[in-house]
Amino acid sequence: MIELENITKVYRMGKVEVPALRGVSLSIREGDLVAIIGASGSGKSTLMNIIGCLDKPTSGRYILEGVDVGQLNDNQLARLRNKKVGFVFQDYNLLPRATALSNVELPLVYGGGRNKRKQAMEALERVGLGRRANHKPTELSGGEQQRVAIARALVNNPQIILADEPTGNLDSVATAEIVSIFTQLNRDGITLVVITHEVDIAGQAQRTIHMLDGRITRGDCEEKVI
Amino acid sequence: MKFVDSFFIAIRSLVANKLRSSLTMLGIIIGVGAVISLMSIGRGAEASIMSTFEQMGTNVINVVSKTPGVSTLAAMTYSNLSLTLDDAEAIERLPLVTMVAPVNENYVDIATGEESTVAVVEASTPEFEVVYNYPAEFGRFITEQDVKSRASVVVLGSEIAEDLFDTEDPVGQEVKILGRDFTVVGVLEAKGGQMMGGSMDSIIVVPITTYQVRLFPRQTIRGEDAVMSLSVQVVDSVYNDEVSEEITELLRKRHRIADDEDEDFMIITMEQALGLMQQVTGIFTIVLGAIAGISLLVGGIGIMNIMLVSVTERTREIGIRKAVGARRRDILMQFLIEAATLSAVGGGIGIVGGWAVSYLISHIDTGDIPLNAVVTPDIVILAISVSVFIGLASGVYPAMRAASLNPIDALHYG
Repeated sequence: MIELENITKVYRMGKVEVPALRGVSLSIREGDLVAIIGASGSGKSTLMNIIGCLDKPTSGRYILEGVDVGQLNDNQLARLRNKKVGFVFQDYNLLPRATALSNVELPLVYGGGRNKRKQAMEALERVGLGRRANHKPTELSGGEQQRVAIARALVNNPQIILADEPTGNLDSVATAEIVSIFTQLNRDGITLVVITHEVDIAGQAQRTIHMLDGRITRGDCEEKVI
Repeated sequence: MKFVDSFFIAIRSLVANKLRSSLTMLGIIIGVGAVISLMSIGRGAEASIMSTFEQMGTNVINVVSKTPGVSTLAAMTYSNLSLTLDDAEAIERLPLVTMVAPVNENYVDIATGEESTVAVVEASTPEFEVVYNYPAEFGRFITEQDVKSRASVVVLGSEIAEDLFDTEDPVGQEVKILGRDFTVVGVLEAKGGQMMGGSMDSIIVVPITTYQVRLFPRQTIRGEDAVMSLSVQVVDSVYNDEVSEEITELLRKRHRIADDEDEDFMIITMEQALGLMQQVTGIFTIVLGAIAGISLLVGGIGIMNIMLVSVTERTREIGIRKAVGARRRDILMQFLIEAATLSAVGGGIGIVGGWAVSYLISHIDTGDIPLNAVVTPDIVILAISVSVFIGLASGVYPAMRAASLNPIDALHYG
């Protein structure tokens, strides 16, 4: 369902070119739970952003559910981010002045459809935050904020949820909660790609991909299948 | 996404950021309010000056003495006097002229037994009442007989009458002008206007012949009793130019001025005087407008400042919105509606505030100088369009840049 072919990404810092990805090929099947691990600066976040269509690769081909993402225009990419992919960030990225419910509702506002409130409420209940719907992010704990972010990621029923160090800022209790939500989501059939240092998530994963200096060093066995 | 959704997102965002919204609006409110109140004061002053002028009508031509060959204002002010009552009679015989009011003018002390004051004495003939529109409210105006007999009679302006006699009836009373006895025969109707800083009701009128003999005797070069100016009323203002030419021709002949010599008089139509006055009041309005413009500019910079300072926070917000599927135009629409709403609400409050200020100014008792601040649509349109433009430009431009970033770049901004 996710196929990357020889993806590179080069950042330009003034006149210096900094390569973040040096030719990554990867294939992820539907229903997988994939963990990506690697040192900071190894390019794993860059890879995630490209998979989540938040960033564009410098070269290479990215095919998502049979669609060549490189051929899509901005509006089509926005629709893809809205409907197909849910993204969970390390620092939550919630709108600070909006309630939990409004934050979860946001993708529905841009995606259209009816019963937005009801759907958003269902997503919040799915992560166990039904009672905190009218709280603002500042009134919630880190774990609760991250659960709001997960609810926002899954409100449009995407096939894929991408999480970039989702438990990086959380204590062990909150981490355990998030991990159990993710495993439940995966059991429900959602494809999950998680960047993590946590052994818990990595332990649940069917595949663990190791990255170093912009390359996949281990776990890319699927590459040969393509 | 529907427009309604964009609208609600924008409104919700404004309400969520009350401090930022109100600060931005404050800039617009002050700018629009300042422009409206200051410009309306300028327009009001202009209108009040013009109205006193227009009361005299545009069909009046003034003939004044002038030193030949000098063209500045000094030529009028310090000239040898060259006009006479005979000139006035001759001009009055022109077919397109209805009447001529010869006028001599000066400042005098006027006193009763107890009170004294300073007045502008207008020495003229009965025609003055009509040409300058100064009807008597009590008693009578000066008559032809008064002029012929050089009678020591005086008609008081309403303010002078009040100063000297308070509530008493002045008609029939004696007053002293420059130490000479005069009998009050009438009181003029109050005009309420002002002319060159003086109230139009603090004048007194005496027969011109009496003035020439008893108050300020002055002669022309040829030794006749002098007249400072002649106010000529024309049948209709369309004949102003024609009559001006006829008067020039007539007076050149009467003053025996050779063809190659300069005239010893000057003709000013009311239209010319109006034009001159409009120039002066126009400068007044421009100065006020400039001050108002500066306030609007400062207000505008305030708006830009707040919009740009909040761009870090906003860029992150844009990143979040794009990450969950907002398109570029969704973002732009939201910011456009936000900026437009702020501009409209702020502009609305500014209009009401500016209007209130100009209303207050119109109703403050400023003594001799009544000022009616006039709010005209063009001022309102100017103020609104400038503030809306600044609001939209400073609100939408940063949003436009942020909206075209990659979502991840917007998220990591700042």
